[in-house]
Amino acid sequence: MMNEHVEQKTETQEQSKVMVKDKDIAVPGETLAIGMDTLPGSGTYREGEKIIANRLGLVSIDGRAIKLIPLSGRYAPKAGDTVICKVFDVTFSGWRLETNSAYAAMMSLKDATSDFIQKGANLTQYYDLGDYIVCKIINVTSQKLIDVTMKGPGLRKLKGGRIIEVDSNKVPRIIGKQGSMVSMIKETTNSNIIVGQNGIIWIDGVPESELLAIQAIRKIEKESHLSGLTEKIKEFLDKKSQLKVK
Amino acid sequence: MTYKQRIDNRGFDETRPIEAKVGVIPRADGSAYFKIGNTVAFAAVYGPRNLHPKFLQDPTKGILRCNYNMMPFSSSGERVRPGGSRRSKEISLVTVKALLPVLDLQEYPNSVVDVFIELPQTEAGSRCAGICAASMALADAGLLMKDLVAAVSVGRVDDKIVVDLDYNEESYPGVPVADIPIAMMPSSGKVTLLQMDGEVTKEMLMEALEKGKKALMDIYEVQRKALKEKYHGVDE
Repeated sequence: MMNEHVEQKTETQEQSKVMVKDKDIAVPGETLAIGMDTLPGSGTYREGEKIIANRLGLVSIDGRAIKLIPLSGRYAPKAGDTVICKVFDVTFSGWRLETNSAYAAMMSLKDATSDFIQKGANLTQYYDLGDYIVCKIINVTSQKLIDVTMKGPGLRKLKGGRIIEVDSNKVPRIIGKQGSMVSMIKETTNSNIIVGQNGIIWIDGVPESELLAIQAIRKIEKESHLSGLTEKIKEFLDKKSQLKVK
Repeated sequence: MTYKQRIDNRGFDETRPIEAKVGVIPRADGSAYFKIGNTVAFAAVYGPRNLHPKFLQDPTKGILRCNYNMMPFSSSGERVRPGGSRRSKEISLVTVKALLPVLDLQEYPNSVVDVFIELPQTEAGSRCAGICAASMALADAGLLMKDLVAAVSVGRVDDKIVVDLDYNEESYPGVPVADIPIAMMPSSGKVTLLQMDGEVTKEMLMEALEKGKKALMDIYEVQRKALKEKYHGVDE
């Protein structure tokens, strides 16, 4: 029984031929693997025996599965994401928000506040045109209708500060592992920062520290592919903030 | 038998020198530069983004819009009048048709992907250069696509089959000439664009296509290299 099992395993290993290494860059149409033993993950598709890249991305091999991690492209809204949006329309039943993607989000009265709102009340007293808010995506339909809510910790309207836009694919690097990168920037620049998954970032502090935080974020965006980035940014921030003290 | 050697001394199966670069326009979602001989194409991709007017929206899938534009002093002939022409409209249309088979736009209903192809300098083969640049720019924009698209023109001058005609060959006097732009998905070998201007026999056409396919594989290699180069050194 045991022997049989072992035999089977070696046989399947021989069947699949992986053509790429982990962390390679794959371009659309590139053959990643040949054989039925390897499984196509996101960003790939199977054609007969082959697994082929369906987009430009970074190869990630996890056991038998091959997937591609996006390196570029617009933000794709996803349920559960915390995003920063701008109110661009106020309707009878709620607010319409810009999400930095191809689609607008809708926030209904029910999801906006737990206050009682009189019928026909002026909704701009809650969120006015041009306001930026931190909200959470509850649902994205197949037609890309986006529902967002304000109910949750840290979800609020943003007052003061400034907004910058970054590549949404680099947001994980800006946040860092367990938020290490962003909390470091917050501490050193002594400013308040909220990073939306959609690549919109809100920074609030004294003007000098806001500018320093922006510089640091731009640096992360530019050098996101390098390892040891956290140390580099720390060095950069320390140097800059020392200059300011002098 | 008047055409024994090509005017610029290339081999009959040889393309003009090619250069390609990705990510040349910072504000675009994806961009690329493609140069073949004296023909230069820039492509910028924006989107998927909101599509207006609303009646153009398709709830089943996103749409692709291409805009081919030769800049006013790009060609060696008379100044190209700015704005669209009958010719640019046609080429924009065939570019869309050449690129659509590789794109999967079902993920982006009601939206649009805009491709702007600008040609600051041209000398024959501009639609092919535009398609090559656009396909790289689309990949750079992170869109879902099955394959890249490579394009080149092939043809005949007198009794010779030639790859990548330049202007002198396109307008070779006194002998029959044909100019056949082709675009292909390199991995699967499927043809997405095939046009013809001039006269050829069936045998010559088949031979020209075979030679074109070989040249397209070289162009594909250049495109691939350019795409990988932009993201070179990404390690996490």
